[in-house]
Amino acid sequence: MVDVIKSLGFEYMFGVPANTYMSLQESIVNYGKNKDPEFILATNEDLAAAMAHGYAKVAGKPALIGCHGTVGAQHATMGVYDAFCDRVPMVMILGNIFDAAKRGTGKVAWAHSAVDAAALVRDMTKWDDAPHSLPHFAESMVRAYKIAVTPPMMPVALVLDVDLQEEEVSREANLRIPKLGTLVPPSPDPGAIADVAKMLVAAEHPVIVVDRVARTPKAITDLIELAETLQAAVIDRKGRMNFPTRHPLEQTRSSMGLQNADVVLGIEVIDFAGVRSNRAGAKKISITANDLFSRSNYTDYLKFAEVDLAIPADGEASLPLLVEAVKKLVTADRKRFFEERGKKLATAHRETFDRYPQQAAVGWNDSPVSTARVTAELWPLIRNEDWSLVADLSFFQDWPLKLWDFTKHHQFLGGPGGYGIGYGAPAAVGAAVANKKNGRISINIQQDGDLMMGPGSLWTAANHHLPLLTIMHNNQGFHNECMEAQRLALRRGRDGTRAHIGNRLIEPIIDYAKMAESMGMHGEGPITDPKDLGPALKRAMDVVKRGEPAMVDVRTQPR
Amino acid sequence: MERNIFYRLLLAALALTLIATSATTAQTPAPASQSGNAENGKKLYVTYFCWSCHGSSGRAGGAAPAITPSARSADDLIKYIRKPRGAMPPYTSKSISDREIADIAAFLRTVPKDPDPKSIPLLNQQ
Repeated sequence: MVDVIKSLGFEYMFGVPANTYMSLQESIVNYGKNKDPEFILATNEDLAAAMAHGYAKVAGKPALIGCHGTVGAQHATMGVYDAFCDRVPMVMILGNIFDAAKRGTGKVAWAHSAVDAAALVRDMTKWDDAPHSLPHFAESMVRAYKIAVTPPMMPVALVLDVDLQEEEVSREANLRIPKLGTLVPPSPDPGAIADVAKMLVAAEHPVIVVDRVARTPKAITDLIELAETLQAAVIDRKGRMNFPTRHPLEQTRSSMGLQNADVVLGIEVIDFAGVRSNRAGAKKISITANDLFSRSNYTDYLKFAEVDLAIPADGEASLPLLVEAVKKLVTADRKRFFEERGKKLATAHRETFDRYPQQAAVGWNDSPVSTARVTAELWPLIRNEDWSLVADLSFFQDWPLKLWDFTKHHQFLGGPGGYGIGYGAPAAVGAAVANKKNGRISINIQQDGDLMMGPGSLWTAANHHLPLLTIMHNNQGFHNECMEAQRLALRRGRDGTRAHIGNRLIEPIIDYAKMAESMGMHGEGPITDPKDLGPALKRAMDVVKRGEPAMVDVRTQPR
Repeated sequence: MERNIFYRLLLAALALTLIATSATTAQTPAPASQSGNAENGKKLYVTYFCWSCHGSSGRAGGAAPAITPSARSADDLIKYIRKPRGAMPPYTSKSISDREIADIAAFLRTVPKDPDPKSIPLLNQQ
């Protein structure tokens, strides 16, 4: 089993120990010398799944997660669901005892066995199997890997019987590892690409909307080439790091965005139904691998997008073909027109970014500290480093995207996908594992409620000496829900001053710095005076540069 | 939470500002041109969770616009809260009294201006 796993290039297995897959774990550690894959201990299977999720988005390949097929998988589900919604691959190993005769008379083995262990995760995985022999395992593991990494990427699961893991391999066994071969992502129909190119070149104001396009750094290069060839606006919904934030054609928040678009090209846009131009007769084109595979139960496929042309193909794989097709159609006249359009877009981009310092100054000296100030204080400490922001910015007003300069694929990873709370801290750890291998520091802006779902993530960061800076966005509770509870109460004519009940983490107040220290990492805070923030971040960054994790707890404004 | 839903909730949450549920004080009418008690207004701003959407000093918490620095009179703020524009629902005198709003208005007027962004080196980095 370990030989097959090694042949596929797995670097890590994130897991919680469990006797139903302990045999495989022992073989990984001893027979496999705990290298490729290396076992990384998580303190909850949900955290293990989120770590594999964060890792895959940086590394560009899946990790294994190991857990009991029953109680472990039950913990893991939310993390797996996030990865499923975010179209991120991972391979779940679910331990099980198939043979009832081997479960004895006690409670545990029976409680930790299932007739169909993968049923629990079948709605959030792309494929699963329960191999009955080593040749079957070899074939299924290679197949699982292939299915997981073929766009649309998703988690897969293999249920492994204890006996299969533990039985001695016969000398006569004719074992072999099936050939994986080179995998090519699903590419678009050339005729359809030619049609898209015609529409884009003829358009007055084409807009390229991207979301989860960039699986690799090459997609950024290709997208820049497409946008620059057309001098077209790019709106980056940042499901991944797709386009440089300071590129003149970046129009995500500008006045030259979607409003007047006559052709809207959506590439791997998750909520394309929600992308609308106000211009009558505007054409919409979608290119997405999501059209190639879907599950029925969970409705992460979102509202049906009405488009004029739907191309079911991988977005990243489509870009070079589209660039080539567009270049063939650009005449000298169109080029002049494009250049004029590009100048207007550059002006709109500059005007948009010129507004941010004014907005960031709002509440600059306030206590709790403004989220803009946290962002601005961080930038000089990381700008000359090889950094990776491994945080979801949903509740941080996207300040880093407004104040920092994002150019590289690993500098932003997007959000959780399924919006399950508890993704942030472990996904940051997983991403930091991959970043460490590349000599990068990782920066996590961590929501307090999210951390409380799985504080054990901090221990894994310390255990693996990850250069990971965690800045607590400590608004003392589940703030979105706090606002919503207040609204509901008032709408019902009830007491809106009780919104803290069940939503705020204030009685008692949590000391996150001590929590970090208890897990073996540097911890500071809470920082309440903004004047204290810069020096605290500097001290923490010094720790991170030495290759260890650190946390600064900042008492922040709600958003 | 999915971002569209999130922003919808934030807009809805805008409606939560400057509210109250105190039935006893809600019946107290305020003089039309009262100046208000800023110190009490600061407490009420916390009690009624105004900070929740507008931030601790009314300078925006990300879920609603900044409402400071403010030169708004009590009368003007009362009028707005009773019949707000946009996503903010109206709050009757049963939710918050005129006198309490006047106190909050007085507090908001005491909040100083933000510094000029050009004077902040961290906001002028290339």
